[in-house]
Amino acid sequence: MVLLDYVPIFIMVSLAGIFGLVLSKASEIFGPKKPNPEKLSTYESGMQPIRTARERFSVKFYLVAMLFILFDVEIVFLYPWAAVVRELRLFGFIEMLIFVAVLLVGYVYILKKGALRWD
Amino acid sequence: MSKQKLTAAGGTEPRSALLQALLDKDTMLEFDDPLGSDMVLNMGPQHPATHGVLRLLIRLDGETVVRAIPDVGYLHRGYEKLAESCSYHEFIPHTDRLDYLSPISNNVAYVLAVEKLLGIEAPPRAQYIRVIGAELSRLASHLVWFGSMAMDVGALTLLLWTFRERERIQDIWDILTGVRFTTSFARIGGLAQDMSDESAQMTKEFIDQLPKNLDECESLLNKNRIFIGRCDGIGILSKEDAIAMSASGPVLRGSGVARDIRRDEPYLVYPELDFDVITFDGCDSLSRYYVRLNEMRESIKIIRQALEKMPKGPVSAQEPKRVLPKKERIYTKMEELIHDFMLINFGINPPVGEVYHAIESSKGELGFYIISDGRGHPWRLKIRSPSFMNIQALPIMLKGGMISDIVAIIGSIDPVMGEADK
Amino acid sequence: MESIQAILNNPYVFAALMALAPLLWILPYALFAIWFERKVSAHMQDRLGPMRTGGWHGWSQSIADLVKLLLKEDLIPAKSKHGLFMLAPYVVFVGSYAAYAVIPFTSAYVGSEINVGIFYFVAVSSLVVVGILMGAWSSNNKWSLFGAMRSAAQIVSYEIPGTLAILAVVMVVGSLSLQDIVRAQEGWFWNWFVFGKFPFLFIAFLIYFLCSLAEVNRTPFDIPEAESELVAGYHTEYSGMRFAMFYLAEYANMFAVSAVAVTLFFGGWQSPFGTFLSGPAWGVFWFLSKGMGFIFLQMWLRWTLPRLRVDQLMYVNWKVLMPFAFVNIIFVGLWMMIAQ
Repeated sequence: MVLLDYVPIFIMVSLAGIFGLVLSKASEIFGPKKPNPEKLSTYESGMQPIRTARERFSVKFYLVAMLFILFDVEIVFLYPWAAVVRELRLFGFIEMLIFVAVLLVGYVYILKKGALRWD
Repeated sequence: MSKQKLTAAGGTEPRSALLQALLDKDTMLEFDDPLGSDMVLNMGPQHPATHGVLRLLIRLDGETVVRAIPDVGYLHRGYEKLAESCSYHEFIPHTDRLDYLSPISNNVAYVLAVEKLLGIEAPPRAQYIRVIGAELSRLASHLVWFGSMAMDVGALTLLLWTFRERERIQDIWDILTGVRFTTSFARIGGLAQDMSDESAQMTKEFIDQLPKNLDECESLLNKNRIFIGRCDGIGILSKEDAIAMSASGPVLRGSGVARDIRRDEPYLVYPELDFDVITFDGCDSLSRYYVRLNEMRESIKIIRQALEKMPKGPVSAQEPKRVLPKKERIYTKMEELIHDFMLINFGINPPVGEVYHAIESSKGELGFYIISDGRGHPWRLKIRSPSFMNIQALPIMLKGGMISDIVAIIGSIDPVMGEADK
Repeated sequence: MESIQAILNNPYVFAALMALAPLLWILPYALFAIWFERKVSAHMQDRLGPMRTGGWHGWSQSIADLVKLLLKEDLIPAKSKHGLFMLAPYVVFVGSYAAYAVIPFTSAYVGSEINVGIFYFVAVSSLVVVGILMGAWSSNNKWSLFGAMRSAAQIVSYEIPGTLAILAVVMVVGSLSLQDIVRAQEGWFWNWFVFGKFPFLFIAFLIYFLCSLAEVNRTPFDIPEAESELVAGYHTEYSGMRFAMFYLAEYANMFAVSAVAVTLFFGGWQSPFGTFLSGPAWGVFWFLSKGMGFIFLQMWLRWTLPRLRVDQLMYVNWKVLMPFAFVNIIFVGLWMMIAQ
C-alpha cells in the first residue's frame, strides 16, 4: 500500500516529460530550420571564444558542494528525529543536543579554516 | 596551457615584431598559471553591462579577476580625422555625438576652444545660457548614470525613474535648442538662438521639483545595505594612481583629489557662481557614487543662480568676420550676405597657432586641442575625452575584484563609448 | 455513461487524472504570472506595461509570447554536447513539476498522499540543480558555466538553512505529511504557525522565505542569471521552446516554494476565519490566493532590491542564516520540552 502511494509521482514525472517532449516537438514542427555556422557558434560577447569553457575550474565551487554534502547528511538524520521528538521527550532532546554539538565543532573548524570565506 | 599568447585583439594572425612587442607590453594575459585553472573571458563588446561597446579581456581565477585589459575602439568613427576636412562650424554637430548623454557640454567645450584660438568672447547672456545648458547636460548625464549604475548592481526600477527626470531635461532642450537629443546649440562667438522665456520657465520648474524626485530615487539605494555592500570597498583607485592614470572628473574627486576645472581654471561665468567641489576620499565605487549624487545638487544650485543673474542682451558676439550672421538678415542685408558667403565657403580662418581648452564635463576634463594653419579648417584637432582616460584606470580598479564587481566598477566610472572611441 | 464511470474507477486512470491536475494549474498560472510580473514591474516604474495585445491591459501578451517562442528556431550550438543540451530543460521542468506531487491544494486533493511529503519536496526540488548544471556544461559557454556554478553553489547552500527551518515545523507537528501540517493549523488565522508559535516559527518562516528566494533564483539572490553580469546565466545558449521550458520551470518553482511556505506557515488551505468559508472548494481558493500573495511579494522584492554578490551570498547563508536556523531548532526543542 505504501509503495502504491508513490505511483502518482511516477505518473507525474512521466507526464512532465511527455509535456516537455510535446512542446519541443511542436517547436520543431512550427519553427524554421535554417542553421548556419555563425548562428550556431558559441556566444561570448560577440567575439570568437577564447579557448573553451570546458577547462579545469576553480576549486572554490567544489568546496561549497562538499560542505553541503556534509551538512545535508546531518540534516537527513535530523528529520526522523523531528517527527518523533514528542515521544522521545527529554532523552531524545539531549541526544540531539549532543549530535548538534558535534556538528557545531565541525562548523567552527571550517569557519576558522576559512573555508566559508569566498575570495 | 600555461604559456599562451593572448592579446587584446584575440586573434592569432601574425604581427610585425615591433607591433607585437608594443602590444605585449600592455595587453598580454600571459603569465604563470601552474594549476591551469585560470579562465580567459571576453566581456564585451556585446554585453549588457559594458555601457556600449567597451570590451574587457579578463583573466579569472574562479570568480576573481586576476587581470583585466580594456579594449576600446568598437565605436571609432574617426572624428579627429574628420575634423581636418570640416570647417570650424561644420564640426559642431559632430561634437554632439561624442558624449551623447551631455551634448551641450561638448558643443560648449569645442566652441570655447575655437573662441580661444580666435581671441573672441561670447556676450555675457550667451555665457550664462551656456552655463545653464552645460549644467543641464551634466544633470542629464548623471541621471542616466544613476539609473544604469543601479541597474548594473541589479536594481532595475531606478533606471525608469531617472529616465523620467531626464525626459524633462530633453523637453527643455526641445524648446531651448529645437532638438531633443543632438542639440548643436553653441555657435562660435555665441549661440544658435536666445533662451526664450518659456524655456527659462521650464528650466526653473524643473530644478524646483528635481530635488524632491532625487530624494525619492536616492531613498531606494542610499540606505539599502545590499547596494552599499556591493559598492563599498571595490574598485579601489588610490589618490596617486588616480593622478598617475590622468583620471578626471568624479573618478578623480572620488579618490579624494579636489580638482574641478570650473573652479581651478575658470571659464564662462563660473567664477560669479557659488558652488562646492564635491570630494569623497573613499577611493571606491561608493565614493564615486556619492560624488555624482551630490554634484547633481550642485548643478541645480548653479542653474538657479545662473537663471537669476542672467542679463539681457545679445547672444552673439559683434564679430562679423568670425560669427555667422542671422538668417533673416542674410536675406535682407548686403553686408551680412557677403560675410555669410565668405564664412561658409572659406571658413573663419583663425590665426596660425595652437590652443588647448578644457571644460569640466559630466565625465571629467573634456579638452579640445586645435592646431590651426590659418585656413578654414583645423590642421589637427585632438579630443581629450574623459571617458577614454578614465577607462585607462580600469585594470588597476578591477584587479582582485569579482565578476560582479566588474559591472559595479564600470558603472561607477560611467564611460560613454561614443566619447572614448571618438 | 457506465463505462466512463468504470474507467474513472480504475485506480491507475484516476491517479493519472490526479497527476494531470497540477499541470492544468501551472500552465494558466505561468501565463498569468508572466503578464502580472510585467504589469507589476511597469507600475512600479511609472509605466503601463503591455497594453495592446488582446485589448484589456494587454491580457494576452503572454499567449502572444508563447506563440512567438513556438515559432522560433530551436538552436543547438555546434560546439555543445547535443544530447545533454536537449535533455537539460526536461530535467529542470520535471524537477519542478514533480515537487507539485505532494502539495495539498485542498483538503480533498493532493497529488500523492505519501507520509514523507515535505521531505520528498526538499529532495526533489534540488533536482533542478542537476538540470541547470547539465544545460550549462553542455552549452560550452563560459557565461553559462559561471551561472551554473553560482546556481549550484547557491541552491545547495541555501537548502541547509531552508530544511532546518522546515524541521522546526516538523518538530512542532510531529509529522512529515503536508496534510497533517495543514490540519495542525486549524482555526482562525492566529493559529497559523507564523503567528501561533511566536516567535520560533516566525523566525523559521523568515529563514525559509529567504532560502526559498535563493532556491528559485529570485532577487536579491538572482546571481545565477544576473543579466548585467552573466548575460543570461545558465540559459544563455537556449532559444525557442527549450528556453520557454526553463522559464516555465522557473515560474512553476516560484509557485511551488510559495505553496510550501503557505502550507507550513500560513495554514495551507485553511480559511483565515475559522470554519467560515471553508470546505474543499474554498480550500482551493484560499490556497491559491495565499500562494499568489507570495508570488506578488517575490515580484515586489525583485523590482525593488539590488542583487547580492556571490561572496555576500555565501556569507548570508553560512554565517547568518545557518547559525540562526540551528539555534532556532534548539529553542523549539527546549520550548517543547518545557511545554510538555
